Amino acid sequence: MTSSLCFNLATGAYFASMVLFVVYLASRINGTALLANLLAYAGLAVHTAAIGLRWYESYQAPGGVGHAPLSNLYESVVFFAWTIILIYLIIDLKYRQRAVGAFVVPFAFVAMIWAQLRLNDSIEPLVPALQSNWLTYHVITCFLGYAAFAVACGVSIMYLIKIGKEEKTPSNNPAGGVLSIFPSTKILDDINYKAIMIGFPLLSLGIITGAAWANYAWGTYWSWDPKETWSLIVWFIYAAFLHARFTRGWVGRKAAWLSIIGFCATIFCYLGVNLILSGLHSYGG
Amino acid sequence: MREKKNPIDALWDFFCSLRLTIVTLILLAVTSIIGTVIQQNLSPEEYLQEYSEGTYKLLDSLQFFDMYHSWWFLALLGVFSLNLIACSLKRFPRVWKAATEPVLIADDSLFQTFSNVDEHLVSGSVDDVKNRMETFLRQRFAGPIVTEKDGVVHLFSQKMPYARFGVYVTHLSILIIFIGAIIGSLWGYKAYVNIVEGSTESRVWPRGSNAPIDLGFSVRCDEFSVSFYEGSDRPKEFKSLLTVIDDGKVITERRPVIVNDPLSYKGITFYQSSYGTTGDTLLKIKATLKSTGETVDLTVRQGQQVALPGGASMRVLNFAPSFQNFGPGARLEVVDAGGNRTSFLVLKAFPGFDAQRNTDYSFTLSDFQQRYYTGLLVAKDPGVWVVWLGCTLMVVGSMVAFFLSHRRIWVTIQPIGKKVGVKIGGAAHRNQPGFELFFDELKKNLKSELGS
Ligand code: HEM
Repeated sequence: MTSSLCFNLATGAYFASMVLFVVYLASRINGTALLANLLAYAGLAVHTAAIGLRWYESYQAPGGVGHAPLSNLYESVVFFAWTIILIYLIIDLKYRQRAVGAFVVPFAFVAMIWAQLRLNDSIEPLVPALQSNWLTYHVITCFLGYAAFAVACGVSIMYLIKIGKEEKTPSNNPAGGVLSIFPSTKILDDINYKAIMIGFPLLSLGIITGAAWANYAWGTYWSWDPKETWSLIVWFIYAAFLHARFTRGWVGRKAAWLSIIGFCATIFCYLGVNLILSGLHSYGG
Repeated sequence: MREKKNPIDALWDFFCSLRLTIVTLILLAVTSIIGTVIQQNLSPEEYLQEYSEGTYKLLDSLQFFDMYHSWWFLALLGVFSLNLIACSLKRFPRVWKAATEPVLIADDSLFQTFSNVDEHLVSGSVDDVKNRMETFLRQRFAGPIVTEKDGVVHLFSQKMPYARFGVYVTHLSILIIFIGAIIGSLWGYKAYVNIVEGSTESRVWPRGSNAPIDLGFSVRCDEFSVSFYEGSDRPKEFKSLLTVIDDGKVITERRPVIVNDPLSYKGITFYQSSYGTTGDTLLKIKATLKSTGETVDLTVRQGQQVALPGGASMRVLNFAPSFQNFGPGARLEVVDAGGNRTSFLVLKAFPGFDAQRNTDYSFTLSDFQQRYYTGLLVAKDPGVWVVWLGCTLMVVGSMVAFFLSHRRIWVTIQPIGKKVGVKIGGAAHRNQPGFELFFDELKKNLKSELGS
């Protein structure tokens, strides 16, 4: 068993899970959703094993290159997919709203297929700046936060679809068809909020561990480099989201849009900054 | 009727508004983008390569080239802070009161605001029911405070009242981080120093200034080394061995300083930041006079003239750590007793090579030692601990704010006819769905407890 084989298996499991979720939306047969979820669990298990194996393999390679598999673009994308499934399953355990899977699992699948097909998966030794335990804390907290935002974004899309339909049809006639298996807008709104409540402190921790690391490695905890600034932009957006709750007129639709914009900014912070802007974090593939 | 407010009140209301918070946060997010698109703090020449003169002047007048320190960005942060302070000042007293002076008696109007209520009619005496309810609450929730008034008994229990302060701790933490950053920028500095192996420095050069800062102690670089991963040119470690000397006393000796592991002394921290060679290489050369077989080991610098046995002399014209693809090599020049000059190449990788030349001497380059200097970033930041304190408070505060909830339960016990009426109601300051589940469970237990 090698880690790359396991990563491929996990990708396959997420693909099958995603297809079954779409089938569930179309057919509304509960069994398919259950199977889709089981596949997500199986995928997560294999995925976890793959990450562990890759870690182990890095120590087997000659030249003292062993390190946690969180150090280049490939490894971070793969870890991101893992955290998305993890956060999704945690929220699923609490809410048991299977339709949500159809809007979240694809994020993980896209990440995995991109990593498997396009990114360089060789295990590389760490340059001196990356040789720090803060790297591990930083990456884990950031990506758990990002994953929670991915779930929030998926749910917000569902919210906008559902509320758009509901407002077009008379109030006492709830949306039919596919939308009938969507959770109610109230629950969608609640999941959105809960996911961001999980993600926001994790993002804060991610920014703080990043600052601590920068302070050890470069002697300043904050230098306004594009990556840092974008993480702060993301943080501002979600802080605005959280405060929107207390302000009349800023809930519902606007909150859903803030959540979607927040996730777009998250993705830009993660990928756009590296691919388009330049800075310290040249993770380069 | 809208009353006309005086300007002070109007200003206060403006700064207390949560709408202002959202607008400020979004403005901060949007304007922050500018500095990630326009490179910051380059020289005018560099900007003029990228922008036309007119664009440059416009962007410069808007302070877009150092926007995070521009007056308008700082003003935005100022509004943000005032908003935070005003909001907290306005709300805090109320929350403090709710947490420390709870309403012990729930009247009907308060009960109407609860979405979680239950009522029972039971037989027995008020006193008896009171005792049972006290134990019930203590077992299932928290020990109650009992108030008796006009023959009616009121119980009040609460859990985690301090959860209400999480939000305030979070907000305070932001101000603390700002204070830490201000302390750092007022009383701290970032500077650089290059120290050649074997030499000592007690002054460092701050960024953007020519006047050096005196450290008050000195730092010696004993050695610098760089290592690479096997079979690749990827660096593995940059390491300086530093010795700190204060007032003639050695404080730490040959302390390894690598990236991610700086050295701190007296609030000043030294970070491994860059390195270079001085161009001043020591070469170890073995010279043999072929006629007698006499051999000498020479240690020479580039350009230095040294005598050889037999009357000739030699010097190193130049040295390269990598001569084309042949590795380290030096070009030597020999001046024989008659004043004739010959120059030739010796390569470290091919020690036997020079002996084949038809001359009086043969040379081998046995070793070389480049002298490195280490480039250290020197930082003093007395505010950094304040920043870490703020960060810790932010994490703790937001965890409390998000995941803990102040839960309260009120019970009213009063005689109704020959029976005793029990009314129970509860509220949570967040996570209402969770509280609802808890309260439903409580209702079930209460039913069996009261046996009605
Ligand atoms: C101008 C700045 C800010 C102002 C005026 C402000 C004000 C407020 C107010 C009034 C509340 C509601 C408190 C309540 O009644 O429960 C609140 C909640 C909160 N604020 Fe702020 N805030 C500001 C900035 C921030 C920032 C930057 C953060 C980021 C950490 C933050 C984190 C929170 C959190 C975590 C909550 C609780 C949210 C929730 O319960 O969902 N605040 N804020």
